[in-house]
Amino acid sequence: MAELACTPGQTVGPFFHCALPYAGDNQLVGDAQAGAIRLHGTVYDGAGDAVPDALIELWQRGADGRIVRQEGSLRREGETFTGWGRCATDAAGNYSFSTLAPGAPAGRPAFFAITVFARGLLNRVFTRAYLPDVDLDADRLLNALDGARRQTLICAAEKSGYRFDIHLQGRSETVFLAYRGDP
Amino acid sequence: MKAAAESARAVSQRAITAQIARIAADYQGEGEPQPRLDYPPYRSSRLRHPKSAFVCVDPDELECWAPCFGRRDVDPLDADLTAGHSGEPIGERIIVTGRLLDATGKPVAGQLVEIWQANAAGRYNHQLDQHPAPNDPNFTGVGRCLTGPDGRYRFLTIKPGPYPWRNHQNAWRPAHIHFSVFGTAFTQRLVTQMYFPGDPLFGLDPIYQSIVDPVARQRLIATYDHDLTEPEFATGYRWDIVVAGSRRTWTEPNGDHG
Repeated sequence: MAELACTPGQTVGPFFHCALPYAGDNQLVGDAQAGAIRLHGTVYDGAGDAVPDALIELWQRGADGRIVRQEGSLRREGETFTGWGRCATDAAGNYSFSTLAPGAPAGRPAFFAITVFARGLLNRVFTRAYLPDVDLDADRLLNALDGARRQTLICAAEKSGYRFDIHLQGRSETVFLAYRGDP
Repeated sequence: MKAAAESARAVSQRAITAQIARIAADYQGEGEPQPRLDYPPYRSSRLRHPKSAFVCVDPDELECWAPCFGRRDVDPLDADLTAGHSGEPIGERIIVTGRLLDATGKPVAGQLVEIWQANAAGRYNHQLDQHPAPNDPNFTGVGRCLTGPDGRYRFLTIKPGPYPWRNHQNAWRPAHIHFSVFGTAFTQRLVTQMYFPGDPLFGLDPIYQSIVDPVARQRLIATYDHDLTEPEFATGYRWDIVVAGSRRTWTEPNGDHG
């Protein structure tokens, strides 16, 4: 079939708060649920200042490593785990999710797939936040990066979960991804 | 930061327009289908664009799937932005509809579309919007729907007004509706803005012009369609949205049942 030209992206702008965030958006699980962890971090700009008007979306496998096919992300009920959430950064540039540590198929490291939107960012950008406590040497993406760049894709382990800061620009700029075959 | 914002406001539209024109003149037509993330006329992009090239990866299976949304998530009434208040909103009632397709022309069925917009006076229902235009107590400017089996979405809303912003002195955004859509894969995620035909602000707007390819940026402009217009009720605009190619070739297990 003929290829259609893709619709260009545009910035999410400053006023997405009236539409995109919703109650429970960053609560993929309840805090009291067995296995609940916190994934959180700060979004920074190229001057090292926090970005208070960014939006982070999270997409991940379940704890068993399976890809989730469950509706209900916008109206969360009970213990249904949908694998998807959304969190606007606060005035200090922080975001936070209550979720489960993702599993992965054998031999593949687990990661959170992350989309970043912000005022001033003209199109969304994609990245991955890998769990640090597994063997990452088999991963082709990580292996293709030098040490400092590679480190931007790896969460820091904490007592209650993981920290993953996002630098849109600057010395610690996060590695952002293009998917092979996309325009 | 405050000083930077003040100096930004002192930059004239003439200077911004000249900067836009210089970039456009340098563009050789190599086919850039997406906006430039580094686009100096949009001043907030200066510190918020990655400087390193994206790293090209084969998507993991996870990234070949998208989150599911369904009837549990979206109330059909959410597609009518003129309803839900005690009175009718002020402004020109419009129908905005089109199809969500992937690059092969296949409809994206049963997937979430979210929109938000200013009211007819150009004011958002947002505490940070300082534009001294009236709020409309009967208009929130937020809608959601699920696409149908043929990828179709449809909203009933009010035509938004243009509004001023502080990118430079006397900066105005062309009227637009923000769209957020999902495909069948994580990699297809798209947030964009739909514009209206013939807007006199297109040439002046650094956000629209950040798509330096003139053919590509016209893909953001809806078409007035008199066949969609309903007599004595609302005018109609058609706008199809195309996300990147799907990542799966087998039949989607729940694609036809959403």
